[in-house]
Amino acid sequence: MTSNPTASFTLPRRHLLGIEGLSPQEIVGLLDLAEEFVLLNRQVEKKRATLRGRTQINLFFEASTRTQASFEIAGKRLGADVMNMSVSTSSVKKGETLIDTAATLNAMHPDVLIVRHSASGAVELLARKVDCAVVNAGDGAHEHPTQALLDALTIRRNKGRIEGLTVAICGDITHSRVARSNMLLLQALGAQVRVIAPPTLLPKGIERFGVTVYGDMREGLADVDIVMMLRLQRERMNGSYVPSVKEYFHFWGLDEAKLRFAKPDALVMHPGPMNRGVEIDSAVADGAQSLIREQVEMGVAVRMAVLDALSRNLPNA
Amino acid sequence: MHEPRPILLAKARLIDPSRDLDTRGDILIADGVIKDIAPNLADGLPPETEIVDCRRLVAVPGLVDMRAFIGEPGAEHRETLASASQAAAAGGVTTIICQPDTDPVIDDPAIVDFILRRARDTAIVHVHPMAALTKGLEGREMTEIGLLGAAGAVAFTDGTRSIGSAQVLRRALTYGRDFGALIVHHTQDASLAGEGVMNEGELASRLGLAGLSKAAETIVFERDVRLAAITGGRYHAASLTCADSLEVLRRAKDAGIDVTASASINHLTLNERDVVGYRTFFKLTPPLRAEDDRLALVQGVAEGLIDIIVSDHNPQDVEVKRLPFSEAAFGAVGLETMLAAGLRLVTSGALDLMTLIRAMSTKPAERLGLPAGTLRPGARADIALIALDDAWILDPLTLKSRCRNTPFDEARFEGRVVRTLVAGRTVYEYV
Repeated sequence: MTSNPTASFTLPRRHLLGIEGLSPQEIVGLLDLAEEFVLLNRQVEKKRATLRGRTQINLFFEASTRTQASFEIAGKRLGADVMNMSVSTSSVKKGETLIDTAATLNAMHPDVLIVRHSASGAVELLARKVDCAVVNAGDGAHEHPTQALLDALTIRRNKGRIEGLTVAICGDITHSRVARSNMLLLQALGAQVRVIAPPTLLPKGIERFGVTVYGDMREGLADVDIVMMLRLQRERMNGSYVPSVKEYFHFWGLDEAKLRFAKPDALVMHPGPMNRGVEIDSAVADGAQSLIREQVEMGVAVRMAVLDALSRNLPNA
Repeated sequence: MHEPRPILLAKARLIDPSRDLDTRGDILIADGVIKDIAPNLADGLPPETEIVDCRRLVAVPGLVDMRAFIGEPGAEHRETLASASQAAAAGGVTTIICQPDTDPVIDDPAIVDFILRRARDTAIVHVHPMAALTKGLEGREMTEIGLLGAAGAVAFTDGTRSIGSAQVLRRALTYGRDFGALIVHHTQDASLAGEGVMNEGELASRLGLAGLSKAAETIVFERDVRLAAITGGRYHAASLTCADSLEVLRRAKDAGIDVTASASINHLTLNERDVVGYRTFFKLTPPLRAEDDRLALVQGVAEGLIDIIVSDHNPQDVEVKRLPFSEAAFGAVGLETMLAAGLRLVTSGALDLMTLIRAMSTKPAERLGLPAGTLRPGARADIALIALDDAWILDPLTLKSRCRNTPFDEARFEGRVVRTLVAGRTVYEYV
């Protein structure tokens, strides 16, 4: 790559805590940068030296095999030393607070912390207590910015644009950080966003998020370009929020019959891991319109872009 | 202890809501009581009298805070009766009503007695306990309302726990009626409140925090009003937060039911937007509501619909506050800032000073049957002197409470307490 349009891109912030507050230019800049890493990741030699000498710690208070692996590969391909800390092996279970953990890790001089936590705002709280860059890998029901970025990159590569598209986000909106980050990002880039869910899984005030709300999948999917399915947590399936898996799948599960209400060239996404037969039918998940595997590939590229962009602001960069 | 020398508060602006009095004059204090109030008492004073120039000060009856969580016995690291009383004195509060959620719970006359003796020995303001309404605050069996009252409990409450069983509350109201017992209730349906940590609505949804519906409050309050009606018991809502509840309150009062209500100073001066940034010092129970509800509450105080303003003082140490929002403890300290925060409402023109002091002093004293809340000659000399024009910024390090979880960290205030007298003795002086 001789002419490198993204080499001069800067993300003038220390942390990536959410999509909220990012300008459309910053989002597009990150997506453009990620495109470079998509190419790099498809080569035999995938290594860069961007983060050589840097230490990246993946601090996961909530288990996640995929996201953690994605961040680990992203860091390693950029040359960082990557360490994984998960809740089951850390001292958090011994009563150490989040702040104590932050202070302890901070004393080890990491350059980047990747943090996932089950409580909304926990990553922001931790970021205030450390000197390094912090990337939010998901905090409670609040934000999951790299997921939204990888979704946007996947959409852009397949549709050539985001502006003017209609995207339906379907399922458990109330408890989903993926939904929140995606609503913010997609609207920032000019997409029309719909949410489709049973009323018990719609957060209060959702109509003031700038989205159109539907209860019925057939109505909600009419003429959409992208169908984004969300995972329904097991504990919410049986009577607490919806009566049963059977009923949920019948009304809100994405099968081929419901998908036909969307545009003929509509594409299907899911942040994973999927509950096949709950929110999505296998025929759709593995079908021709599915982008689900490509999302995983884009995940690594987007995370490399985020690490690269943030590392340009690190001391001695 | 020798009696302090007589004090003349000279040329103060006197605000006495018990007599609707707003005038300028002198107060002579001796033997722990207000000896006289008149335009000029400077002549013929005993020679040892201390004369305080009050030309730029307002003298009000000392505040009576009906809802303070303290922590003694059992959680002295949060607050002791002594430290709470120091905080109270600095805030012009001369009577604290402490809550029964201690360890052990105040559900036995011996513990009421313990509190009163500890307060007598260690506290510099008056302290009266509320006793638990149900044993162990478990919401099942009523406590010894008669014996606890005789021991000195001024009211009965389960603190921040709401009684789920209508039958339990009905029986307590019925049984307590002939003892004249005041039943104070935290109106929040536990099952509706669920995991909620802040006001339900758009903002909670954006922050990804579990919301707590206003209906959880109004449903319980509406139930309680009906129970008060059929039992004839004396009922007080501990902390109302929304316009819907005020409609219920208005109907109850119009119908002549013996129902009164408090609002906390936090809910009168802060709103849900203060939570933004996951600031746990603003995590309160009941939660801060939207601005339209705050305005309705202020209007409720202005009209006298809401009878009482409480500090809802609830000290929590950093261990339980420096946590992710959903995991942090509820509560904020408030004894020292209640008056200053209330004066914001006066400065903004939303309330007049008389109304504010009535809700913070005269009304709670009346409802609890305490000899306070008045500047009448002969009354116990519990008095706060306020410099209305003093502008200041709250430095949390200067707080006298053992905990610094104040929502008014670095807040600007206009008006401060410069001196507090309890039974004629100076217990606080701003220097």
